[in-house]
Amino acid sequence: MSFGKILAAVAAVCCLAAPAKAQDITINGSTTVLPVMQKAGESFMAAHPDMHLTISGGGSGNGIKALLEKQCDVAMSSRHVKDKEMAAARKNGVDPVTTAIAVDAIVPVVHPDNPVNDLSTAQLADIYAGKITNWKELGGKDGKIVVISRDTSSGTFECWQELVMGKTRVFPAALMQASNGAVVQAVSKNPQAIGYIGLGYLDKSVKDLMVNDVKATPETALSKQWPIARELYIVTNGAPAGGVKQLVDHLLAPDKGQKDVLAVGYVPLKQ
Amino acid sequence: MHIRTKESLFRGTVAVVAGSSLLALAGIVLFLFMEGLPLFAHYPLTDFLFGSLWYPTEDPGLFGILPLIAASLAVTALSSLLAVPLGVLTAVYLNEVAPAAVRRLIKPFVELLAALPSVVLGFLGMVVLAPFLQDVLGAATGLNLLNAALVLAIMSVPTICSVSEDALHAVPRTLREASLALGATRWQTICRVTVPAALSGIGTAVMLGMSRAIGETMVVLMAAGGAGIIPTSLLDPVRPMPASIAAEMAEAPFRSDHYHALFAIGIVLFFLTLAFNLIASRIAEKHRQAGSSSL
Repeated sequence: MSFGKILAAVAAVCCLAAPAKAQDITINGSTTVLPVMQKAGESFMAAHPDMHLTISGGGSGNGIKALLEKQCDVAMSSRHVKDKEMAAARKNGVDPVTTAIAVDAIVPVVHPDNPVNDLSTAQLADIYAGKITNWKELGGKDGKIVVISRDTSSGTFECWQELVMGKTRVFPAALMQASNGAVVQAVSKNPQAIGYIGLGYLDKSVKDLMVNDVKATPETALSKQWPIARELYIVTNGAPAGGVKQLVDHLLAPDKGQKDVLAVGYVPLKQ
Repeated sequence: MHIRTKESLFRGTVAVVAGSSLLALAGIVLFLFMEGLPLFAHYPLTDFLFGSLWYPTEDPGLFGILPLIAASLAVTALSSLLAVPLGVLTAVYLNEVAPAAVRRLIKPFVELLAALPSVVLGFLGMVVLAPFLQDVLGAATGLNLLNAALVLAIMSVPTICSVSEDALHAVPRTLREASLALGATRWQTICRVTVPAALSGIGTAVMLGMSRAIGETMVVLMAAGGAGIIPTSLLDPVRPMPASIAAEMAEAPFRSDHYHALFAIGIVLFFLTLAFNLIASRIAEKHRQAGSSSL
């Protein structure tokens, strides 16, 4: 009997809900931006029950491609739209507009007992390419450098590859850890290790290195003095409007989306 | 009549239940091949199996899994080397030597070891065993082949021990009594009569332990280090196949080459565990103990 009542109630709610215009927003793109979007998306949907977000990650390129083909409303991207993509967009009658929502800053970290404090980007690239193998070469104690990297599909790895390594590869003997937390854990237990993490994951168990004499802080990341930082974007067709505008406003609000930016380890644009 | 319908109803239900697990297995295998094989449409199988560079996110990606296969085999072999004597000898002690009271005390602990979640063991390997290996052996990093093998050995001991113990338990009492009556010592009875009689079961136990080790994911992801190189020493960091799949699958773009390559690794892993299980059942088949007559 009571089960029937519940069914009836559910049916009634469905009938009531259906006429209210539910808006679907499809979001696709960079896996680096994905965690922000997922976290902010949850609070956005809680605040706007009439909106429904479908979020998937497939890389910046895939997201922008989907936007150009009008298969998504918002593309997440860790880079600007390329000229080639702009041309294709014009052909399809799409006008990509880019909005920055956060800054991704990566910090190299070592064990707190390691005397090395400052490295250049060139030295970091040589360490990760396997060309510099002993801490002695960098003014530290004699000992093999244990190089800790991230799994190749992570956004953190992608950022490191792009801003530190450039065209050279991270050598195969580098250790692979599957999360920022695991890198911190591994570096904090090994005096010979070096790793890299998102700025938001820095804690006292590891020591952050200065790069090119700059210390990593949210301020240096925002002012672009910190060399291993990049902006994260969302790309929309034309200036954001309607539900998409509400989503963008939510992402940029210091007490809403920007809080989620901080929570997933990135640097918020507005504090 | 009534009883007969009941009977056939029961029979049908049981058949459906048994069939559903078979169906699930078939579905999983089919899916694995459907998602893995498209890689080989434009990436040669030999480059996949024998290539030594794994750079899946480059354009074009490099999908050589030789270091991953080597790591899986090395970790499994080393952990078996440690776990087999430990597991089998524990089983011999529990079944042949230990007084009943001691047996009742130890057996639950061995079984409890099997109940430990692998993530807990992986975590112990990462934060306790790894720094220990660094300090004691002077390893550059404690996250290495030896660390992973030690943790996997701890994991497979309970499997090997309890299956071997069942095999030893199944050896007819008359065999032991006859051996002792002929004047053989307890030691001679164990190593010339009881253990040989239970050899098929022990072989199965070893194979099951090994297939548990080769498929284990969390431990190797956390404790093996994850370097994509062919190990040349026990203290080299390695990346066995399950670790690569677990670390990369979540972020690999859907239906990209990378995604297909990870499923293709799954196929290789599937064939390896299948081989272990086939060998296990072959051993069980070949040395089947028919009563006490075949000794």
